[in-house]
Amino acid sequence: MSKVRVLAGTKKGAFILTADGKRKDWEVSGPHFAGWEIYHLKGSPLDPDRIYASQSSGWFGQIIQRSDDGGKTWQPPGGGPEPSPDGMPRGESNKFVYEGEAGAHKWYDGTQHPWEFKRVWHLEPSLTNPDIAYAGVEDAAIFKTADGGKTWKELPGLRQAKGHLWQPGAGGMAVHTIVIDPKNAERIFVAISAGGVFRTEDGGKTWRPATRGLKSPFELPDPDAEVGHCVHRIAIHPSRPDVLFMQKHWDVMRSDNAGDSWHEVSGNLPSDFGFPIDVHAHEPETIYVVPIKSDSEHYPPEGKLRVYRSKTGGNEWEALTKGLPQKDCYVNVLRDAMAVDQLDPCGIYFGTTGGQVYGSADGGNSWNAIVRDLPAVLSVEVQVLP
Amino acid sequence: MIRVELPYHLRNLARVDGEVQLEVPAPVTVQAILDALEARYPVLCGTIRDHGTLKRRPFIRFFACREDLSLEPIDTALPEAIVNGSEPFLVVGAMAGG
Repeated sequence: MSKVRVLAGTKKGAFILTADGKRKDWEVSGPHFAGWEIYHLKGSPLDPDRIYASQSSGWFGQIIQRSDDGGKTWQPPGGGPEPSPDGMPRGESNKFVYEGEAGAHKWYDGTQHPWEFKRVWHLEPSLTNPDIAYAGVEDAAIFKTADGGKTWKELPGLRQAKGHLWQPGAGGMAVHTIVIDPKNAERIFVAISAGGVFRTEDGGKTWRPATRGLKSPFELPDPDAEVGHCVHRIAIHPSRPDVLFMQKHWDVMRSDNAGDSWHEVSGNLPSDFGFPIDVHAHEPETIYVVPIKSDSEHYPPEGKLRVYRSKTGGNEWEALTKGLPQKDCYVNVLRDAMAVDQLDPCGIYFGTTGGQVYGSADGGNSWNAIVRDLPAVLSVEVQVLP
Repeated sequence: MIRVELPYHLRNLARVDGEVQLEVPAPVTVQAILDALEARYPVLCGTIRDHGTLKRRPFIRFFACREDLSLEPIDTALPEAIVNGSEPFLVVGAMAGG
Protein backbone atom coordinates (compact mmCIF):
# COMPACT_ATOMS: atom_id res chain seq x y z
CA MET A 1 0.00 0.00 0.00
CA SER A 2 1.21 3.53 -0.73
CA LYS A 3 2.45 5.77 2.03
CA VAL A 4 1.73 9.44 2.46
CA ARG A 5 4.19 11.94 3.87
CA VAL A 6 3.04 15.45 4.82
CA LEU A 7 5.73 18.09 5.26
CA ALA A 8 4.66 20.88 7.59
CA GLY A 9 6.75 24.01 8.01
CA THR A 10 5.96 26.00 11.13
CA LYS A 11 7.09 29.06 13.05
CA LYS A 12 9.18 26.86 15.34
CA GLY A 13 10.40 23.95 13.25
CA ALA A 14 9.46 21.34 10.68
CA PHE A 15 7.23 18.36 11.27
CA ILE A 16 6.81 15.26 9.13
CA LEU A 17 3.50 13.42 9.31
CA THR A 18 3.27 9.93 7.83
CA ALA A 19 0.48 7.45 7.26
CA ASP A 20 -0.39 4.57 5.00
CA GLY A 21 -2.69 5.06 2.05
CA LYS A 22 -5.79 4.88 4.23
CA ARG A 23 -4.64 8.15 5.79
CA LYS A 24 -6.27 7.41 9.15
CA ASP A 25 -3.43 6.72 11.57
CA TRP A 26 -0.62 9.24 11.53
CA GLU A 27 2.81 9.40 13.05
CA VAL A 28 4.39 12.76 13.77
CA SER A 29 8.13 13.34 13.72
CA GLY A 30 9.74 16.60 14.74
CA PRO A 31 10.42 19.27 15.44
CA HIS A 32 13.24 19.29 12.95
CA PHE A 33 15.31 22.50 13.18
CA ALA A 34 13.57 23.21 16.48
CA GLY A 35 13.06 26.86 17.20
CA TRP A 36 13.68 28.03 13.61
CA GLU A 37 11.09 29.32 11.21
CA ILE A 38 10.57 26.80 8.44
CA TYR A 39 8.80 28.69 5.71
CA HIS A 40 8.70 25.77 3.31
CA LEU A 41 9.80 22.21 2.66
CA LYS A 42 9.26 20.41 -0.60
CA GLY A 43 10.40 17.09 -2.05
CA SER A 44 11.64 16.43 -5.54
CA PRO A 45 8.95 14.76 -7.65
CA LEU A 46 11.73 12.71 -9.25
CA ASP A 47 13.35 11.62 -6.00
CA PRO A 48 10.82 11.99 -3.18
CA ASP A 49 13.41 11.27 -0.50
CA ARG A 50 15.25 14.41 -1.56
CA ILE A 51 13.61 17.23 0.35
CA TYR A 52 14.66 20.86 0.31
CA ALA A 53 13.91 23.02 3.34
CA SER A 54 14.08 26.74 4.00
CA GLN A 55 15.23 27.37 7.58
CA SER A 56 15.44 30.96 8.75
CA SER A 57 15.59 33.19 11.76
CA GLY A 58 15.45 36.88 12.50
CA TRP A 59 18.72 36.46 14.37
CA PHE A 60 20.72 34.15 12.15
CA GLY A 61 19.36 34.61 8.65
CA GLN A 62 18.80 32.01 5.97
CA ILE A 63 19.88 28.37 5.91
CA ILE A 64 19.07 25.89 3.16
CA GLN A 65 18.83 22.28 4.29
CA ARG A 66 18.50 19.14 2.22
CA SER A 67 17.57 15.61 3.15
CA ASP A 68 18.30 12.64 0.91
CA ASP A 69 16.54 10.09 3.08
CA GLY A 70 13.02 11.44 3.31
CA GLY A 71 13.63 13.78 6.22
CA LYS A 72 15.41 11.45 8.64
CA THR A 73 18.70 13.35 8.37
CA TRP A 74 19.54 16.78 7.00
CA GLN A 75 22.60 18.60 5.72
CA PRO A 76 23.16 22.12 4.43
CA PRO A 77 24.12 21.01 0.93
CA GLY A 78 26.98 23.40 0.44
CA GLY A 79 28.23 24.00 3.92
CA GLY A 80 28.26 21.01 6.20
CA PRO A 81 30.12 21.19 9.48
CA GLU A 82 33.03 19.14 8.19
CA PRO A 83 35.49 20.38 5.59
CA SER A 84 35.25 18.59 2.27
CA PRO A 85 38.23 16.50 1.08
CA ASP A 86 38.97 18.95 -1.70
CA GLY A 87 39.09 22.00 0.50
CA MET A 88 36.87 24.11 2.67
CA PRO A 89 33.30 24.56 1.51
CA ARG A 90 32.17 28.10 1.91
CA GLY A 91 28.61 27.89 3.10
CA GLU A 92 27.41 28.85 -0.35
CA SER A 93 24.08 27.12 0.11
CA ASN A 94 23.10 29.90 2.48
CA LYS A 95 24.20 32.61 0.09
CA PHE A 96 21.54 34.52 -1.82
CA VAL A 97 23.09 37.54 -3.46
CA TYR A 98 21.27 39.55 -6.13
CA GLU A 99 22.93 39.62 -9.52
CA GLY A 100 24.84 42.73 -10.46
CA GLU A 101 23.70 46.06 -9.13
CA ALA A 102 20.83 45.11 -6.86
CA GLY A 103 18.91 48.22 -7.77
CA ALA A 104 15.90 49.54 -5.92
CA HIS A 105 12.17 49.10 -5.63
CA LYS A 106 9.43 51.37 -4.42
CA TRP A 107 9.32 51.88 -0.66
CA TYR A 108 6.42 52.71 1.63
CA ASP A 109 7.14 56.43 1.44
CA GLY A 110 7.34 56.42 -2.34
CA THR A 111 11.13 56.61 -2.45
CA GLN A 112 13.30 53.97 -4.06
CA HIS A 113 14.68 51.41 -1.60
CA PRO A 114 17.56 49.03 -2.26
CA TRP A 115 16.76 45.36 -2.70
CA GLU A 116 17.69 43.48 0.49
CA PHE A 117 17.58 39.71 0.82
CA LYS A 118 15.59 38.59 3.86
CA ARG A 119 14.57 34.95 3.48
CA VAL A 120 13.43 32.14 1.21
CA TRP A 121 9.67 31.80 1.27
CA HIS A 122 9.20 28.98 -1.22
CA LEU A 123 11.28 26.19 -2.74
CA GLU A 124 10.15 24.56 -5.97
CA PRO A 125 12.11 21.51 -7.10
CA SER A 126 12.36 20.96 -10.84
CA LEU A 127 10.05 18.45 -12.48
CA THR A 128 12.85 17.14 -14.69
CA ASN A 129 16.10 17.22 -12.69
CA PRO A 130 16.42 16.58 -8.94
CA ASP A 131 19.50 18.81 -8.73
CA ILE A 132 17.57 21.81 -10.01
CA ALA A 133 15.30 23.82 -7.74
CA TYR A 134 13.98 27.35 -7.61
CA ALA A 135 13.75 29.58 -4.55
CA GLY A 136 11.29 32.43 -4.20
CA VAL A 137 12.72 35.02 -1.86
CA GLU A 138 11.98 38.26 -0.02
CA ASP A 139 12.77 40.96 -1.25
CA ALA A 140 11.06 39.58 -4.30
CA ALA A 141 13.32 37.62 -6.63
CA ILE A 142 13.80 34.11 -7.90
CA PHE A 143 16.97 32.08 -7.49
CA LYS A 144 17.95 28.77 -9.07
CA THR A 145 20.25 25.99 -8.02
CA ALA A 146 21.55 23.44 -10.50
CA ASP A 147 23.69 21.52 -8.02
CA GLY A 148 21.21 20.28 -5.47
CA GLY A 149 21.21 23.43 -3.39
CA LYS A 150 24.95 23.93 -2.95
CA THR A 151 24.91 27.26 -4.76
CA TRP A 152 22.12 29.61 -5.81
CA LYS A 153 22.08 32.17 -8.63
CA GLU A 154 19.46 34.78 -9.18
CA LEU A 155 17.42 34.89 -12.40
CA PRO A 156 17.54 38.69 -12.53
CA GLY A 157 15.17 39.06 -15.45
CA LEU A 158 12.23 38.86 -13.08
CA ARG A 159 13.16 42.09 -11.33
CA GLN A 160 13.44 43.75 -14.71
CA ALA A 161 9.70 43.27 -15.16
CA LYS A 162 8.98 46.69 -13.71
CA GLY A 163 10.58 45.79 -10.39
CA HIS A 164 11.25 49.43 -9.66
CA LEU A 165 7.47 49.84 -9.29
CA TRP A 166 6.96 46.95 -6.89
CA GLN A 167 6.17 48.08 -3.37
CA PRO A 168 5.97 45.85 -0.28
CA GLY A 169 2.67 45.30 1.43
CA ALA A 170 2.39 44.86 5.17
CA GLY A 171 3.50 41.24 4.87
CA GLY A 172 6.66 42.06 2.95
CA MET A 173 7.46 41.68 -0.72
CA ALA A 174 8.28 38.09 -1.62
CA VAL A 175 8.11 35.60 -4.43
CA HIS A 176 5.90 33.14 -2.55
CA THR A 177 4.57 30.98 -5.38
CA ILE A 178 6.46 29.24 -8.17
CA VAL A 179 4.55 27.08 -10.63
CA ILE A 180 6.43 25.15 -13.31
CA ASP A 181 4.52 24.09 -16.40
CA PRO A 182 4.74 20.27 -16.37
CA LYS A 183 4.54 20.18 -20.17
CA ASN A 184 7.08 22.92 -20.79
CA ALA A 185 9.94 23.39 -18.32
CA GLU A 186 10.78 26.73 -19.94
CA ARG A 187 7.48 28.19 -18.79
CA ILE A 188 7.31 29.22 -15.14
CA PHE A 189 4.84 31.40 -13.26
CA VAL A 190 5.65 33.28 -10.09
CA ALA A 191 3.44 35.30 -7.79
CA ILE A 192 4.48 38.21 -5.61
CA SER A 193 2.51 39.82 -2.81
CA ALA A 194 1.69 43.38 -3.83
CA GLY A 195 3.57 42.70 -7.06
CA GLY A 196 1.41 40.47 -9.21
CA VAL A 197 1.91 37.36 -11.29
CA PHE A 198 4.69 37.01 -13.84
CA ARG A 199 5.45 34.47 -16.56
CA THR A 200 8.60 33.38 -18.31
CA GLU A 201 8.69 31.39 -21.53
CA ASP A 202 12.45 30.96 -21.65
CA GLY A 203 13.33 29.24 -18.41
CA GLY A 204 13.58 32.42 -16.38
CA LYS A 205 15.69 34.72 -18.56
CA THR A 206 12.87 37.13 -19.32
CA TRP A 207 9.57 37.70 -17.58
CA ARG A 208 6.49 39.73 -18.16
CA PRO A 209 3.51 40.59 -15.98
CA ALA A 210 0.51 38.33 -16.57
CA THR A 211 -2.14 40.40 -14.84
CA ARG A 212 -4.67 41.49 -17.44
CA GLY A 213 -8.13 41.22 -15.93
CA LEU A 214 -7.03 41.57 -12.31
CA LYS A 215 -8.74 44.44 -10.53
CA SER A 216 -7.65 45.97 -7.24
CA PRO A 217 -9.92 48.98 -6.69
CA PHE A 218 -9.24 49.21 -2.94
CA GLU A 219 -5.49 48.61 -3.07
CA LEU A 220 -4.22 50.43 -6.15
CA PRO A 221 -4.86 53.91 -7.51
CA ASP A 222 -5.22 52.32 -10.95
CA PRO A 223 -7.33 49.21 -10.37
CA ASP A 224 -6.15 47.71 -13.66
CA ALA A 225 -2.45 48.42 -13.18
CA GLU A 226 -0.02 46.01 -14.79
CA VAL A 227 1.91 45.44 -11.56
CA GLY A 228 1.06 45.86 -7.90
CA HIS A 229 -1.81 43.40 -7.51
CA CYS A 230 -1.61 41.41 -4.30
CA VAL A 231 -1.68 37.88 -5.64
CA HIS A 232 -1.84 35.43 -2.76
CA ARG A 233 -1.51 32.12 -4.58
CA ILE A 234 -1.83 30.48 -7.98
CA ALA A 235 -2.39 26.82 -8.81
CA ILE A 236 -2.70 24.61 -11.86
CA HIS A 237 -3.67 21.05 -12.65
CA PRO A 238 -0.74 19.25 -14.28
CA SER A 239 -2.86 17.95 -17.15
CA ARG A 240 -3.99 21.44 -18.15
CA PRO A 241 -1.25 23.95 -17.46
CA ASP A 242 -2.90 26.71 -19.48
CA VAL A 243 -5.65 26.92 -16.87
CA LEU A 244 -4.60 28.80 -13.77
CA PHE A 245 -6.53 29.53 -10.62
CA MET A 246 -5.70 32.41 -8.33
CA GLN A 247 -6.60 33.48 -4.84
CA LYS A 248 -6.00 37.20 -4.86
CA HIS A 249 -6.08 39.54 -1.85
CA TRP A 250 -9.72 39.92 -2.78
CA ASP A 251 -11.22 37.83 -5.61
CA VAL A 252 -10.79 34.27 -6.78
CA MET A 253 -9.68 34.39 -10.40
CA ARG A 254 -9.23 32.05 -13.32
CA SER A 255 -7.23 32.17 -16.53
CA ASP A 256 -7.80 29.85 -19.47
CA ASN A 257 -4.87 31.14 -21.52
CA ALA A 258 -1.81 30.72 -19.31
CA GLY A 259 -2.25 34.07 -17.63
CA ASP A 260 -2.82 36.22 -20.72
CA SER A 261 -6.11 37.27 -19.13
CA TRP A 262 -8.06 36.55 -15.98
CA HIS A 263 -11.70 36.57 -14.98
CA GLU A 264 -13.34 36.38 -11.61
CA VAL A 265 -14.90 33.13 -10.36
CA SER A 266 -15.64 34.10 -6.76
CA GLY A 267 -19.34 33.34 -7.28
CA ASN A 268 -21.21 32.52 -4.07
CA LEU A 269 -18.24 32.43 -1.69
CA PRO A 270 -19.03 34.02 1.70
CA SER A 271 -15.81 36.02 1.29
CA ASP A 272 -13.49 36.07 -1.67
CA PHE A 273 -10.54 37.07 0.50
CA GLY A 274 -8.17 34.25 1.41
CA PHE A 275 -4.74 32.83 0.91
CA PRO A 276 -4.41 29.27 -0.45
CA ILE A 277 -5.99 27.74 -3.52
CA ASP A 278 -5.45 24.25 -4.87
CA VAL A 279 -6.74 21.86 -7.52
CA HIS A 280 -7.99 18.30 -7.07
CA ALA A 281 -5.43 15.75 -8.26
CA HIS A 282 -7.77 13.99 -10.70
CA GLU A 283 -10.49 16.54 -11.45
CA PRO A 284 -9.03 19.64 -13.11
CA GLU A 285 -12.23 21.62 -12.59
CA THR A 286 -12.41 20.90 -8.85
CA ILE A 287 -10.73 23.59 -6.78
CA TYR A 288 -10.46 24.46 -3.11
CA VAL A 289 -10.16 27.71 -1.17
CA VAL A 290 -10.48 28.73 2.49
CA PRO A 291 -12.40 31.99 2.73
CA ILE A 292 -11.14 34.49 5.29
CA LYS A 293 -13.35 37.30 6.54
CA SER A 294 -11.36 40.24 5.25
CA ASP A 295 -7.97 41.85 4.88
CA SER A 296 -8.54 43.46 8.26
CA GLU A 297 -9.74 40.31 10.03
CA HIS A 298 -7.66 37.29 9.09
CA TYR A 299 -9.95 34.53 10.33
CA PRO A 300 -12.87 32.56 8.93
CA PRO A 301 -16.23 34.31 8.57
CA GLU A 302 -18.53 33.68 11.54
CA GLY A 303 -15.82 31.74 13.37
CA LYS A 304 -16.55 28.71 11.15
CA LEU A 305 -13.60 27.02 9.49
CA ARG A 306 -14.88 26.03 6.07
CA VAL A 307 -13.08 24.84 3.01
CA TYR A 308 -15.02 25.75 -0.10
CA ARG A 309 -14.99 23.45 -3.10
CA SER A 310 -16.05 24.21 -6.63
CA LYS A 311 -16.51 21.32 -9.02
CA THR A 312 -17.16 23.69 -11.87
CA GLY A 313 -13.85 25.51 -11.98
CA GLY A 314 -15.24 28.36 -9.91
CA ASN A 315 -18.39 30.44 -9.48
CA GLU A 316 -20.41 27.64 -7.83
CA TRP A 317 -19.02 26.80 -4.43
CA GLU A 318 -20.04 24.43 -1.63
CA ALA A 319 -18.95 24.60 1.98
CA LEU A 320 -17.05 21.59 3.33
CA THR A 321 -17.51 21.50 7.09
CA LYS A 322 -17.63 17.90 8.30
CA GLY A 323 -14.92 17.51 10.92
CA LEU A 324 -13.92 21.18 10.92
CA PRO A 325 -14.71 23.51 13.84
CA GLN A 326 -17.94 25.38 13.18
CA LYS A 327 -17.83 27.81 16.05
CA ASP A 328 -15.28 29.97 17.84
CA CYS A 329 -12.56 29.31 15.28
CA TYR A 330 -10.30 32.27 14.58
CA VAL A 331 -7.28 30.78 12.85
CA ASN A 332 -5.87 31.67 9.46
CA VAL A 333 -4.67 29.38 6.69
CA LEU A 334 -1.60 30.79 4.98
CA ARG A 335 -0.92 30.72 1.26
CA ASP A 336 1.55 27.81 1.19
CA ALA A 337 -0.36 25.75 3.74
CA MET A 338 -2.60 23.64 1.49
CA ALA A 339 -1.71 20.62 -0.62
CA VAL A 340 -3.34 17.68 -2.40
CA ASP A 341 -2.08 14.12 -2.73
CA GLN A 342 -2.28 11.92 -5.82
CA LEU A 343 -4.18 9.00 -4.30
CA ASP A 344 -7.70 8.06 -5.26
CA PRO A 345 -9.76 9.40 -3.59
CA CYS A 346 -7.68 12.53 -3.57
CA GLY A 347 -6.40 13.71 -0.19
CA ILE A 348 -6.51 17.39 0.77
CA TYR A 349 -4.44 18.88 3.59
CA PHE A 350 -4.12 22.28 5.17
CA GLY A 351 -2.46 23.80 8.20
CA THR A 352 -3.57 26.68 10.37
CA THR A 353 -1.96 29.45 12.33
CA GLY A 354 -3.43 27.69 15.38
CA GLY A 355 -1.16 24.71 14.80
CA GLN A 356 -3.65 22.23 13.43
CA VAL A 357 -3.02 20.20 10.30
CA TYR A 358 -6.29 18.93 8.88
CA GLY A 359 -6.56 16.16 6.32
CA SER A 360 -9.32 14.78 4.17
CA ALA A 361 -8.99 11.38 2.54
CA ASP A 362 -12.16 11.78 0.48
CA GLY A 363 -11.67 14.88 -1.61
CA GLY A 364 -12.82 17.23 1.13
CA ASN A 365 -16.12 15.59 2.10
CA SER A 366 -14.87 14.99 5.64
CA TRP A 367 -11.90 16.15 7.67
CA ASN A 368 -9.82 15.09 10.62
CA ALA A 369 -7.14 16.90 12.58
CA ILE A 370 -3.95 14.94 11.94
CA VAL A 371 -2.27 16.96 14.66
CA ARG A 372 -3.66 19.82 16.73
CA ASP A 373 -1.03 21.65 18.67
CA LEU A 374 1.92 22.47 16.45
CA PRO A 375 3.34 25.97 16.25
CA ALA A 376 1.66 28.19 13.67
CA VAL A 377 1.76 26.33 10.36
CA LEU A 378 3.43 28.22 7.51
CA SER A 379 3.40 25.58 4.80
CA VAL A 380 2.07 22.14 3.96
CA GLU A 381 3.23 19.82 1.21
CA VAL A 382 2.37 16.18 0.64
CA GLN A 383 4.11 13.29 -1.05
CA VAL A 384 2.77 9.88 -2.05
CA LEU A 385 5.40 7.17 -1.65
CA PRO A 386 5.38 3.67 -3.09
CA MET B 1 43.67 28.56 21.46
CA ILE B 2 40.81 31.00 21.22
CA ARG B 3 37.65 29.91 22.99
CA VAL B 4 34.36 30.86 21.32
CA GLU B 5 30.91 30.38 22.79
CA LEU B 6 28.11 30.22 20.26
CA PRO B 7 24.40 30.68 20.90
CA TYR B 8 22.24 27.57 21.15
CA HIS B 9 20.92 27.60 17.59
CA LEU B 10 24.35 28.08 16.04
CA ARG B 11 25.81 25.27 18.17
CA ASN B 12 23.06 23.02 16.81
CA LEU B 13 23.65 24.20 13.29
CA ALA B 14 27.41 23.59 13.53
CA ARG B 15 26.79 20.39 15.49
CA VAL B 16 29.09 21.27 18.33
CA ASP B 17 28.68 20.90 22.07
CA GLY B 18 30.00 23.55 24.37
CA GLU B 19 32.77 25.89 23.41
CA VAL B 20 34.59 25.93 20.10
CA GLN B 21 38.36 26.18 20.21
CA LEU B 22 40.06 27.85 17.29
CA GLU B 23 43.59 28.58 16.12
CA VAL B 24 43.49 32.24 15.17
CA PRO B 25 46.51 33.99 13.70
CA ALA B 26 47.66 37.23 15.32
CA PRO B 27 46.48 39.88 15.59
CA VAL B 28 43.39 38.38 17.20
CA THR B 29 40.40 40.51 16.23
CA VAL B 30 36.67 39.92 15.85
CA GLN B 31 37.20 39.61 12.12
CA ALA B 32 40.01 37.08 12.53
CA ILE B 33 37.90 34.97 14.90
CA LEU B 34 34.92 35.01 12.55
CA ASP B 35 37.12 34.14 9.57
CA ALA B 36 38.51 31.14 11.45
CA LEU B 37 35.08 30.14 12.74
CA GLU B 38 33.50 30.19 9.27
CA ALA B 39 36.42 28.33 7.73
CA ARG B 40 36.00 25.59 10.31
CA TYR B 41 32.18 25.57 10.18
CA PRO B 42 31.11 26.79 6.75
CA VAL B 43 27.44 26.39 7.62
CA LEU B 44 27.85 29.42 9.87
CA CYS B 45 28.61 31.65 6.88
CA GLY B 46 25.90 34.26 6.71
CA THR B 47 24.49 33.52 10.16
CA ILE B 48 26.66 35.91 12.19
CA ARG B 49 27.56 38.44 9.51
CA ASP B 50 26.09 39.15 6.12
CA HIS B 51 27.47 37.14 3.20
CA GLY B 52 28.07 40.10 0.98
CA THR B 53 28.89 43.04 3.23
CA LEU B 54 30.37 41.02 6.13
CA LYS B 55 28.48 43.34 8.47
CA ARG B 56 27.31 41.91 11.79
CA ARG B 57 23.71 40.79 11.62
CA PRO B 58 21.50 43.21 13.56
CA PHE B 59 20.53 40.80 16.37
CA ILE B 60 23.99 39.36 16.99
CA ARG B 61 26.21 40.71 19.75
CA PHE B 62 29.90 40.13 20.54
CA PHE B 63 30.86 40.07 24.22
CA ALA B 64 34.30 39.61 25.74
CA CYS B 65 35.63 40.17 29.26
CA ARG B 66 32.28 41.66 30.34
CA GLU B 67 32.40 44.23 27.55
CA ASP B 68 30.08 44.59 24.58
CA LEU B 69 32.36 44.77 21.55
CA SER B 70 29.56 44.69 18.98
CA LEU B 71 30.04 48.28 17.93
CA GLU B 72 33.82 48.26 17.96
CA PRO B 73 35.64 48.18 14.61
CA ILE B 74 36.05 44.53 13.70
CA ASP B 75 39.80 44.89 13.30
CA THR B 76 40.24 46.05 16.89
CA ALA B 77 42.73 43.89 18.78
CA LEU B 78 40.93 41.83 21.42
CA PRO B 79 41.92 41.75 25.12
CA GLU B 80 44.83 39.55 26.17
CA ALA B 81 42.47 37.30 28.15
CA ILE B 82 40.77 36.33 24.87
CA VAL B 83 44.10 35.89 23.09
CA ASN B 84 45.53 33.59 25.77
CA GLY B 85 42.28 31.66 26.13
CA SER B 86 41.59 32.47 29.75
CA GLU B 87 38.28 34.09 28.75
CA PRO B 88 35.89 33.04 25.97
CA PHE B 89 34.71 35.24 23.12
CA LEU B 90 30.93 35.22 23.18
CA VAL B 91 28.69 35.34 20.11
CA VAL B 92 25.27 36.15 21.50
CA GLY B 93 21.79 36.26 20.05
CA ALA B 94 20.28 39.53 21.22
CA MET B 95 17.32 39.45 23.60
CA ALA B 96 14.03 39.27 21.77
CA GLY B 97 12.31 41.48 24.30
CA GLY B 98 8.59 41.18 24.72
